[in-house]
Amino acid sequence: MINHVQGELPLAVVEGSPLTQLPEDLYIPPDALEIILDAFEGPLDLLLYLIRRQNLDIIQINVAEITRQYMGYIALLESMRFELAAEYLVMAAMLAEIKSRALLPRPVGADEDEDHDPRAELIRRLLEYEKVKMSAEAIDEMPRVDRDFHVAEAGQPEIDERTAPPQVDLSELVLAFAELLARARLSSAHQIEWEPLSTRQRMSEILMKLKETAELTLSDLFAPDEGRAGVVVSFLAILELVREGLCALIQAAPGSQIYIRRPTDA
Amino acid sequence: MPEFDLKRILEGALFASRGPMTIYQMKKLFGDQKAPTEGMLREALSSLAEEYQNRSVSLIEVAGGFRFQVSDVLAPYLANLTDEKPGKYSRATLETLAMIAYRQPVTRGEIEAVRGVAVNTQIIRTLEERGWITVVGHKEVPGRPALFATTTEFLNDFGLKSLEQLPNAEDLIATPTTDLLDQMEQSSE
Repeated sequence: MINHVQGELPLAVVEGSPLTQLPEDLYIPPDALEIILDAFEGPLDLLLYLIRRQNLDIIQINVAEITRQYMGYIALLESMRFELAAEYLVMAAMLAEIKSRALLPRPVGADEDEDHDPRAELIRRLLEYEKVKMSAEAIDEMPRVDRDFHVAEAGQPEIDERTAPPQVDLSELVLAFAELLARARLSSAHQIEWEPLSTRQRMSEILMKLKETAELTLSDLFAPDEGRAGVVVSFLAILELVREGLCALIQAAPGSQIYIRRPTDA
Repeated sequence: MPEFDLKRILEGALFASRGPMTIYQMKKLFGDQKAPTEGMLREALSSLAEEYQNRSVSLIEVAGGFRFQVSDVLAPYLANLTDEKPGKYSRATLETLAMIAYRQPVTRGEIEAVRGVAVNTQIIRTLEERGWITVVGHKEVPGRPALFATTTEFLNDFGLKSLEQLPNAEDLIATPTTDLLDQMEQSSE
């Protein structure tokens, strides 16, 4: 009936003449159907949509009509060779079963088991799913942190740092230097080409490294292959940087590793 | 150390704290000194909350304790502080979260049975990473499936003190099986 009335109305007007029927070869891009299917969260959602579209109460659904519409969607999707999720096919089978049961006369005296009435089961599932759908919407509407409200926080005052960077004793530095010199001497057997090393250049190199890494160890800055001269240049460069306040030296405990940091990080 | 009003100490601590503060944490503020009783703390908190009326920040209680919160009226302005738009969750994710929130502890199979579709592992992971759900145990049935529940962080992030504050909790948490069967009997010819 409805389809008949709709058939009379032009679907579109093409070059002045009304078009009452969709052309047979109308191309529907498969993506479009994928979008339709994506709009539904599975067969229960699709069924709910079909029921709600008719302004029907779930409890009063006309299974035959809903089955027809549902099958229509499935057929359309299948004709597009669209791969359907198995859940949609299971639902189609279930609807068909309910429909067939309704058509067949009930055997007289046969005690129909309420629990196994597939129509009641379908209605139960639809109502249950609708509740979840609604509660999901309700949850989404609830004020949520960082979307609808924000947690107030204030900066912490500078609490006396219990792990204040320890001061480095000069003797520690000298000791570490001596150790490095000794290490450099071990590898001095290699014939190294003399390369004039500039303290300034080394200072820049160290600062450059500090830009990349917030914290360097002393040994990071000494290249044994530069030999004694290299160690001295590095050492002078570090002292110069510390003096100019461009880096800071930190040592956690006497005798332990000495770190070089950017002054602001110290 | 200068003497501070209890209210002022709590005010500062609540702002400095990274998350909501419990009464227990408030007591710990006083270190070795004699800590105020819970009654004293609650009294100071309610007086503090009163002070903050008609301000853009208010003191509220959530599941994880007390915290200061910027009024939601300001959210449209604050949204412009950052270029990032707050993420939107898919319907599948929200429905899964709803199932867990209203029916916890619940297994994945139970969620799938109600939704009629498989629950994507990615959805569970998203919710776990957000810190809203967690595995609280395993159901003693074949396969020992994980039981999911919502976390305190979930309640905090939605500004809730308990699950009872979820919308329509009574309607949605209970499964009205008996009513439903009655209704259906009436409606069927």
